[in-house]
Amino acid sequence: MKKSIIKLENVWKIYEMGEVKVKALQGLDLDVKEGEFLAIMGPSGSGKSTAVNMIGCLDVPSKGKIMLDNHDISKLSESDLAQIRGRKIGFIFQQFNLIPTLTALENVALPIVFQSVDRETRTKRATKLLEIVELGDRMEHKPAELSGGQQQRVAIARALANDPEVILADEPTGNLDSSTGETVMGFLQKLNRKEGKTIILVTHDKNVAKHADKIEFLKDGKVIKSLRRKGD
Amino acid sequence: MLKDYFIYSVRNLRNRGLRSWLTMIGIFIGIAAVVSLIGLGEGLRIAIMSQFGFLGPDVLSVQASGLAFAGPPGTGVVEPLSDELADKIRKVNGVEAAFNRYIKSGTLEFNDKQNIGIAASYPEGENRKIFETMINLKAEDGRLLKDSDSRKTVLGNNFKNEDIFGKGIRSGDKVLLNGIDFEVVGILEKKGSFIFDSVVLMNEQTMIDDIGIVKEEVNVIAVKIEDVARADEIKGNIEKLLRKERGVKKGEENFQVQSPQQTLEALNSTLFAVQLFVYIIAAISLAVGGIGIMNTMYTSVLERTKEIGIMKSIGAKNSAIFTIFFVESGLLGMVGGVIGIILGMIFAFGLSAAGRAFLGSELIQASISPFLVIGALMFSFMLGTAFGVLPAYQASKLNPVDSLRSAK
Repeated sequence: MKKSIIKLENVWKIYEMGEVKVKALQGLDLDVKEGEFLAIMGPSGSGKSTAVNMIGCLDVPSKGKIMLDNHDISKLSESDLAQIRGRKIGFIFQQFNLIPTLTALENVALPIVFQSVDRETRTKRATKLLEIVELGDRMEHKPAELSGGQQQRVAIARALANDPEVILADEPTGNLDSSTGETVMGFLQKLNRKEGKTIILVTHDKNVAKHADKIEFLKDGKVIKSLRRKGD
Repeated sequence: MLKDYFIYSVRNLRNRGLRSWLTMIGIFIGIAAVVSLIGLGEGLRIAIMSQFGFLGPDVLSVQASGLAFAGPPGTGVVEPLSDELADKIRKVNGVEAAFNRYIKSGTLEFNDKQNIGIAASYPEGENRKIFETMINLKAEDGRLLKDSDSRKTVLGNNFKNEDIFGKGIRSGDKVLLNGIDFEVVGILEKKGSFIFDSVVLMNEQTMIDDIGIVKEEVNVIAVKIEDVARADEIKGNIEKLLRKERGVKKGEENFQVQSPQQTLEALNSTLFAVQLFVYIIAAISLAVGGIGIMNTMYTSVLERTKEIGIMKSIGAKNSAIFTIFFVESGLLGMVGGVIGIILGMIFAFGLSAAGRAFLGSELIQASISPFLVIGALMFSFMLGTAFGVLPAYQASKLNPVDSLRSAK
């Protein structure tokens, strides 16, 4: 049995909007194992985004526990969470979310800056990562000078900057055409198979989700169905 | 790491080029005003000090006051001092010597060129030596005046320079004062005072005979006192005598008894008041500039909310976000300050150069000390950071989830 890398136990997230209480998560249980490729699916309003925020340590639950590497992170401060995110989790967003004023190389190196690593080391590492995503010749370009697919590959390289255990991809192909989307998914799959990275993919697209080993279906803030693609 | 934040901040400021410059205008106008006006004020103070500074504290001057709008001291007043007053003042307890001085401006001509010449009388008889010691008068070239000299003059040190008449004046040269021939018998040693270095000295009798001053209308009575410690008391006695002689009541004096030192102090306090005023105006301008920085930084936080969210999601701590915005506003202040200092220096030195070129006045000079430059620089940086604290704090406290969701 592989060990759990992220475990959500009875997680609730309640937003208070004036008089109204919106229950985005209602007792969500999720267990992500090391090296797993997990897809989270569900219709809009199912709590996917909130779940991603919790898994990605971007937000803390109203109730319940989030265990990252067997440590409860649900009570940590914003700055501590930031440190954990920086080291352990790599984010890939639907809108790529690159910093427009920085070059591809600087964007990839930025997460390493926040870990206080010296310039030489991080430039070397960022260069290598851009070569892995086949953008070795686009390093000095700013995001606006790159195509959508290229930007998403820069974002993948950035997600890998601090060699995190988990890659969290929120609709990574949502803004790409299908063939570019396939390329991006190919990279993610390669990361999972060859590098052994744990990948958590949020999508509403079945074709995208099919790359995963396991699919969790969310509705009304909790898992309603789990599907395993392989027999493990 | 700070270096990286610094580079990132510079990049952001350059990216918002026009807005950054507009924000900085507020700062550099304020700093330029502070640097140039304080520099000029300080220069003026030094210039004034050098005009009178060489006169000792044992010298008092008596002048009639009234409608003296312009011209040399003691000229153009309604009720001038009479010529017997000096003899009476000399008898006041504590007074060592007192003598009349006449001053009149005229046209000095040499080498076919004209210039303004301030003719001043040289006391005669026993007062001659006292006068010479009192202002430490020495001839650099030629000699000083003697009682028997008529239509002879001793000139201030500036006249030996070529820039006034295209040719320096030497002892033995002939000059024309108001069209009358004078022989230059000596050039004085340099005093560093514009007034004394530009003086045209001649015997009292020559001034009466040839320049047309009236013996009964004295411009200034120079008084030398015996004991500096009693200066106030002696001054009071002289004032008492003058009130009696001129028939005025206390508080309605139409004359002034001043020591050059006191004059300097009075000038200094006036200058200080002017400088204070300038400081206040500059402070207001800088406060407005600072609020400009704050406004720009708040806008920047709003515009870059998503960027902040991204940075937080990839591991930026609150302190990192704070530092980025804090450095940025500090830079806005400091770059504004550097430009302000340069502009202020150009303005101050330009004005003093223009003053020398067009007015021939050495009173307008700039004195910008390293202290002023460093102070202005530090102040502008502090101003930037002070007004940047709140926006930077706001940025650092943004919730990553909400920031990422933000449209921009």
